Amino acid sequence: MKWLTLLMLLPLAGAAIISMLPKSMEKAAKQAALGTSLVVMAATIAMVVRFQRDNVDFQFVEKYSWIPSFGINYALGVDAIALVLILLSTILVPVVVLAGWNEAHGGRWSVKTFYILILVLETMMIGVFAATDVFLFYVIFEAMLIPVYFLIGGYGTGERAAAAVKFLIYSLVGGLLMLASVIALYVMSGAQGGHTFDINKLSELQMSSTTQNLLFLGFFIAFAIKAPVWPFHTWLPDAAKSATPGTSVLLLGVLDKVGTYGMIRFCLTLFPEASETFTPIILVLAVISIIYGAFLAIGAKDIKRLIAYTSISHFGFITMGIFAMTSQAQSGAILYMFNHGFSTAALFLVAGWMISRRGSSTISDFGGLQRVTPIMAWTFFLAGLSSLALPGLSSFVSEFLVLVGTFTRYPVHAIIATFGIVLAALYILIPVQIALHGPTTPGNEELKDLNLREKLAIAPVIAIIVVLGFYPAPLLKVINPAASHVITQMGFTDPAPTNGGK
Amino acid sequence: MDASNYLYISALLFTIGAVGVVVRRNAIVVFMCIELMLNAANLSFVTFSRINGDLNGQVMAFFTMVVAACEVVVGLAIIVTIYRSRRSASVDDASLLKR
Amino acid sequence: MTTSTSLVYLIALPLAGAALLLLGGRRTDKWGHLLATALSASSFGVGVYQLTQMLGRSTEERPVSQKLFDWINVGAFNVDAGLLLDQLSICFVLLITGVGTLIHIYSISYMSHDQDRRRFFAFLNLFIAAMLLLVLGDSYLSLYVGWEGVGLASYLLIGFWNQKPAYATASKKAFVMNRVGDMGLSFAIMIAFATMGTVSFAGVAEQAENTSEAALTGMGIMLLIAAAGKSAQFPLQAWLGDAMAGPTPVSALIHAATMVTAGVYLITRSNFVFDAAPTAQLLVVIVGAITLMFGALIGTAKDDIKKALAASTMSQIGYMILAAGLGPVGYAFAIMHLLTHGFFKAGMFLGAGSVMHGMDDEVNMRKYGALRKFMPITFATFGLGYLAILGVPPFAGFYSKDMIIETAFNAGGVKGIILGSVTLLGAAITAFYMTRVMILTFTGTKRWDENAHPHESPWLMWLPMAILAIGSVSSGFLLSRGDALVNWLHPLFDHHEEHEQHLLEPIVVSGLALTMVAIGIAIAFVKYSRQDVASVAPEDVSVFTKIARQDLMQDRFNETVFMRPGQVLTTTLVATDEVVIDGTVRTVGKIAMGSGSALRGLQNGFVRSYAALILLGAVALVAAIWVVVQ
Repeated sequence: MKWLTLLMLLPLAGAAIISMLPKSMEKAAKQAALGTSLVVMAATIAMVVRFQRDNVDFQFVEKYSWIPSFGINYALGVDAIALVLILLSTILVPVVVLAGWNEAHGGRWSVKTFYILILVLETMMIGVFAATDVFLFYVIFEAMLIPVYFLIGGYGTGERAAAAVKFLIYSLVGGLLMLASVIALYVMSGAQGGHTFDINKLSELQMSSTTQNLLFLGFFIAFAIKAPVWPFHTWLPDAAKSATPGTSVLLLGVLDKVGTYGMIRFCLTLFPEASETFTPIILVLAVISIIYGAFLAIGAKDIKRLIAYTSISHFGFITMGIFAMTSQAQSGAILYMFNHGFSTAALFLVAGWMISRRGSSTISDFGGLQRVTPIMAWTFFLAGLSSLALPGLSSFVSEFLVLVGTFTRYPVHAIIATFGIVLAALYILIPVQIALHGPTTPGNEELKDLNLREKLAIAPVIAIIVVLGFYPAPLLKVINPAASHVITQMGFTDPAPTNGGK
Repeated sequence: MDASNYLYISALLFTIGAVGVVVRRNAIVVFMCIELMLNAANLSFVTFSRINGDLNGQVMAFFTMVVAACEVVVGLAIIVTIYRSRRSASVDDASLLKR
Repeated sequence: MTTSTSLVYLIALPLAGAALLLLGGRRTDKWGHLLATALSASSFGVGVYQLTQMLGRSTEERPVSQKLFDWINVGAFNVDAGLLLDQLSICFVLLITGVGTLIHIYSISYMSHDQDRRRFFAFLNLFIAAMLLLVLGDSYLSLYVGWEGVGLASYLLIGFWNQKPAYATASKKAFVMNRVGDMGLSFAIMIAFATMGTVSFAGVAEQAENTSEAALTGMGIMLLIAAAGKSAQFPLQAWLGDAMAGPTPVSALIHAATMVTAGVYLITRSNFVFDAAPTAQLLVVIVGAITLMFGALIGTAKDDIKKALAASTMSQIGYMILAAGLGPVGYAFAIMHLLTHGFFKAGMFLGAGSVMHGMDDEVNMRKYGALRKFMPITFATFGLGYLAILGVPPFAGFYSKDMIIETAFNAGGVKGIILGSVTLLGAAITAFYMTRVMILTFTGTKRWDENAHPHESPWLMWLPMAILAIGSVSSGFLLSRGDALVNWLHPLFDHHEEHEQHLLEPIVVSGLALTMVAIGIAIAFVKYSRQDVASVAPEDVSVFTKIARQDLMQDRFNETVFMRPGQVLTTTLVATDEVVIDGTVRTVGKIAMGSGSALRGLQNGFVRSYAALILLGAVALVAAIWVVVQ
């Protein structure tokens, strides 16, 4: 059974159905979108169950010739890394649809267009993680920008057009650099056994170290912009502030993961030596991202920008874990991608509900919400705890694995990064104190607490956060073989205990 | 006779044509200047054909003539239409694309 | 090692209570507090059952373990969710659940008028569960979960009345300073894994002797930082005073009896690290000694009864940390003082709560006075706790504190004399400030407001106080009779039975200590009983008093050294991000747009200028080709 193609077609089919509905049937469009995304989620889970976790090769492989004259194939396949990210995406989409039931109203276009865009985006999110043909990956990588551009520019708030353009141009610049590298790979493959875009074959290419470094940079900068790694981050706060909460969840939760996923899949696999050459610089950038993002989050006045900055900090951890080259850090980074999706989703969705009730996203406009809207306040608090990686919640496992894994090889980086956990306490507790504690700010007395739909949307996210905090083993068992495969391929082994030099 | 003399004449004609296009306002005159430039090019083609001793240049010259003829047809039609609507054949008046 | 399947119930019962009450919402308002109390009590029951089981086994087989599930397994990093109950943790289990249950009972009445009483009990249960996980975890990482769990519960309970901004700030401060300590614990775990390849207690204990002293010293110092954060030890002590913002039962349970002693637990549990790292051990002693004086000095100047008790807690934990830093000879005494302190300090905090309950939540002792007549039971129980903390024989503190003083003197050399003197001086200051508390609160003339109607608390409140008072009287005697606790804990600590030269005979130490205590009491009597106490704190006091009132400048220090620079750094970075990084990006954009609009000027709509440009371009092209070809 062609699982991956099926997964990609399902949302498209949903989008087609919605497009046939008359514009006035907004509720039907929402229901259709929710139904479709739930079906996709169910199909993904059915696929995940069939995944052989000890097999490190691509599974569910499909390959059709697409443009034979250029050696381009429609080739799909997933390993554990791609699998968990697809799972993350397909779980988040129904959550986002349900959580942001009313956020498409007041957009520039109709409600049904919003859901068509969301579903098309879902197809692409699955495709981008499943593509094993570099050209196909590139096409989807760029094509994803289109629905996101319209989602931010058409349905966001504030200076949405400017933010959308900023996002688009940033991404296009990165994409352009990547395109140059992709073409170079293609050209070189021609000289070494025939033109191809197949990632497995490309990873066996012989090239000089200068070439490798240049091509690596082309890919890495594209992914660093996408992730985003400092100093390529300034599009994210603007985009997250202007987009609807649901779009922001998909943006931070899934699309940014394409960056870190790409680092593992393409940077490490295709250019192992260049990755090693650039590791010192990248680790420094990652550590800067962690600390810098945390400080900016502390200084943020706007709740959506704050969450965006915390994500920059978290992506610093992921990047550090990827390049630390130990199995703990690698597994931790992959797990972090999954967990971060949910903790950010929880934060952003609740923040979105707070904002839509209050009509402002400035933190100081809130106050004393714990007494007015207890459920909303406590959900926000719990999401915040997950973001500051409280032990017992899922992010702790991944963050600690990254730190401990990095420490065995790069102790100084790990030590500096660990200071981030104190800053994390500040950037979560400061908004919590301003928004949830203290006397109720005038004008907030009548705010409504979460309704049933909102509770239903957030409950699974919170459940995943708590359950994976105490019992991450099911996921780790899937991730571990893939992570250690990456490490082995790169020619690394975990450092043995040093006994402190004795 | 030295073939380069023909090229000098061709260059001279071309320059006259180019200066005419840039300097004159009357669309008909501009048009004639363009024709002059085309014919200057034709002269070069024929000269080179002679120098190289093959017919390629002459063939190109025929092509140019055909193109020039087409251009005259279309161009004159446009000029006449503009004149009809604006009562002027000055190229500077026809700047609708800008404003 | 013996395995058991019932350890998990110790944690699961209160955890279930917390979950049920938090998720159940208002529906559980009516009976939530009863359920929470019952679950805490049943957890205590499981603890007692475990103790009886343990007593029935031979020494080697006493520790019990239970593996719950695979928690984190990546490569060589293997951590199970496992529980370990040994002679050390059973002490804590009984203290936590025992005192915890008493405080649950007390809170039923104390919080009866609070509309959020159910939530309060849910948090209490959450705390009990987290604290039990802390002492039952069989690895540093599972300890870490409990460690931050109690930090969270403490945050929630300090900020229970967070509608008051000051209280919300206090809770945030506590959490953040605790996180600094937690960072130390993270580092310790990382060092353990990088050098020994394991993070379980058993594994580290086994590997410690194969590991270099440098690595162990590093790990020890990091553990000390962690302990300092959680136990309010120097230099991370500043949060404890503010933590008194929480309801008084919380102060009694978390900030006196249990959570703040977690640092002592961590250090005694890591005895294998500290015993092999003398430098780290010395630092432990130094930190303990500094804090013991620090807390005592703050205690002398506080008018807020809870803050005076908090300072006292800090100081008493200083004693424990000091004892734990003395190595194998001190661990048992640290734990003994911890247990007796758990009784008498919790009792006194509950007494303070009872006073506040009768005095409309007034905390200023200068507004008390002569309460003895109005609150006889509170006076009696508080008084017994007072005698215990002073170390008057035969009350609990006499046994535990004297042993610490004695051990300090016996540390040998100059170190022993300094430590011994510090502990003795601390005892005198303790006597002074505790007598001050007694006099200001219970004796003298009444200084309270017209509309205050002091009255004794209901039985639900005084019953726990009475039980704790019994503990304050008897626990020391019981624990030290025949060296009961020392022998009980003996198998865990590498206790060499070296009968070293005693610097001072025990009887001399006791005599000295009692003399110091008497001096302290006498000074307090002269100062506060012989003359009238002003109901407003006098301003014309010595500079030392002023400094002590400001907690020895701890907050000002933290503000100047960390907070203000941090704020400046934050604003600088925010500005940098806006101006430099995003500025660069926007400048690139502006250049692109600017050059676009500049070039747009060429598109002027005049055919002739286009033609001229084409001509120019053609000429330029030809010229370029000509130049290249030449």
